[in-house]
Amino acid sequence: MSTTNVVIAGLGGQGVLKASDILADVAFAAGLDVKKADVHGMSQRGGSVSSDVRFGEHVFSPMVPTGGADFLLVIAPDQVEVNRASLAPGGVLIEPSVIDASSLPNKKSLNVALLGVLSCHLKFSVEAWTAAIERNLPEKLHEANLQSFSLGRAAGKK
Amino acid sequence: MNSLQQQNALALLSGDEAVALAALDAGVKLGTGYPGTPSTEILENFDKLGGKAQWAPNEKVALEVATGVAFAGQRAIVTMKHVGLNVAADPLFTVAKIRLDGALIVVSADDPGMASSQNEQDNRRYALAAGVTMLEPSDSQEAYEFTLRAIEISERWQVPVLLRMTTRVCHSKTIVRRGTVTIPASGPAHFEHDFPSRVMIPAYARPAHVRLRKTLAQIAAWNEQSGLNQTIVGSSSLGIITSGAAFQYVREAAPEASVLKLGMTYPLPIEKMRAFAESVDLCTVIEEGDPYLVEAARTAGIAVEAAPEIFRFGELNTLRVRHILEGDETPEPKRAPGKPPALCPGCPHRAAYETLKKLNCIVAGDIGCYSLGVLPPFEAMDTLVCMGAAIGVGLGLRHALPPEEAKRVVSVLGDSTFVHSGITGLVEMIYNPPPTGHLLLILDNGTTAMTGLQEHPGTGRTLDHAATGKVIFENLARSLGVTNVHVIDPTAEPEKFEHLIQSCLDKPELSVVIARRNCLLAARSIREYERCNEHN
Repeated sequence: MSTTNVVIAGLGGQGVLKASDILADVAFAAGLDVKKADVHGMSQRGGSVSSDVRFGEHVFSPMVPTGGADFLLVIAPDQVEVNRASLAPGGVLIEPSVIDASSLPNKKSLNVALLGVLSCHLKFSVEAWTAAIERNLPEKLHEANLQSFSLGRAAGKK
Repeated sequence: MNSLQQQNALALLSGDEAVALAALDAGVKLGTGYPGTPSTEILENFDKLGGKAQWAPNEKVALEVATGVAFAGQRAIVTMKHVGLNVAADPLFTVAKIRLDGALIVVSADDPGMASSQNEQDNRRYALAAGVTMLEPSDSQEAYEFTLRAIEISERWQVPVLLRMTTRVCHSKTIVRRGTVTIPASGPAHFEHDFPSRVMIPAYARPAHVRLRKTLAQIAAWNEQSGLNQTIVGSSSLGIITSGAAFQYVREAAPEASVLKLGMTYPLPIEKMRAFAESVDLCTVIEEGDPYLVEAARTAGIAVEAAPEIFRFGELNTLRVRHILEGDETPEPKRAPGKPPALCPGCPHRAAYETLKKLNCIVAGDIGCYSLGVLPPFEAMDTLVCMGAAIGVGLGLRHALPPEEAKRVVSVLGDSTFVHSGITGLVEMIYNPPPTGHLLLILDNGTTAMTGLQEHPGTGRTLDHAATGKVIFENLARSLGVTNVHVIDPTAEPEKFEHLIQSCLDKPELSVVIARRNCLLAARSIREYERCNEHN
């Protein structure tokens, strides 16, 4: 199989890196080669953050080439335009507006809700996603995030 | 990393996590360093895995402590960002020539493209300049394996080894299989007198230098056949010599090319490089940063092509490597600017900067979150050079400017930076006071905030947050003889703070003002640590 390229973008504090950890973990658990790249350092200061996840049979560079993202998942509305150039022609843009924020059990789980949307486009099972979410979050957050994931998955199927 | 309990287990790890795991598997006695992006997570993870890890006041001290561990026949790892090696360069150049009994691994995490640094120096130059053997991993698996190999090499030849990483290798997560390299266990700690090997007076240092060059020649000969360098046989028309993260981009951009991927980049396997270059019609070097491999190859008379100068700046990636190979030098499109970082809402530095701006101060600044004070809306930092430079630069400005302007100069640095390399600056302030006096403002937010909230000697807590000895800045300043020493919280008392700064600037005396309020991001954790430590 060829490499699947996903870029997740947002602002510091929105859970960009957590979302990319969960996605990378799902692909890893499926036995695929996975690489994930992000630059830490200034992100806690509320600046732009983005993370690249690539998976397939064999992945070389950890970074998604500009214009090479099959999926661009953006958590902050104002970061869509900033990151649009990373999307491949025909690539899928997943924007925060696809989720009704008021329906989320807590607004911090928007990142996981958007993963739910993304999950509709990928071949990993719901069980695999559930397991990855549980592995990457503390137990007290499991319920809210699994609920958000389901909401996102429902929105993605529309 | 919980899934990595067993040997041969697989896990998705960052390069930093992989180095920590290797240090654990090698039985490293002590990990020490100073926080610096992108190296910080190595020691944090080594601690989490159960290794003994500690923060030093700065990189020089860390390297010296680690050297002592190696003198005692044990294994030590020292971590720092690239500019940290400048601070540690003094011990590095001499320890390179000293016979070690244990292992000494110096991790330099370079930051090409400056994701969060003040320069993009290429620390491969240090290996050459100091005569230190160097390994360069290109992903997390190699970060794991090369750390173990580095320990093996360090003990076999009794020399320190530089593990040169870059931001992408440190922070990218890739799959690691544990237990792929095993090395003999460390021997017992011991010390034996060996004056000529370890006491670098000139009479002993002269033969020590000769010995180093002989050792490096042996390592170079060994490296010609070592498994650290990998040849991928592909097309005979194009051959690429590369190392580190660039290897991944090369494989993606030119899957058909023959590749010589160098894992040990000092001393270089020159004959292997020559044979490779001669085996292909055209040999190109693809490397991130300075033309280090290009210069070495050409000096040895190996004909190689080099990337145009524009590719020396910033990080490489697959697209840029493709452009190098195609000879495409068209200006590269700039990425759309994202939202820049800013001081957090409620950050205690905000009140301090508002006052400095209002009083029209000339601010000799420094490195930390508070460097963001240079950006709007504050625009209240005039200089930034290196860790601790605020004090020296501020004093120099005071010495040179006419009195009316000199009186407006304030040196501003953070608590961790002050401990790192501000204390000697404070001594200079007392020893050579400018005629107008001087004001040092320490923004003490109780943590090393910029790198992710690490402890330091001023917090009175160790790397894993346990109580320990504490450096109290106001006591230190008073004991050194500073006339006016004040502690204040500018957020709680902005008017009093403004009045205090103004009165210090008006006096031709030495003043130290400590603006103390915990970082908003750290405050809750700090309260928790304090409560735990009280109970223990």
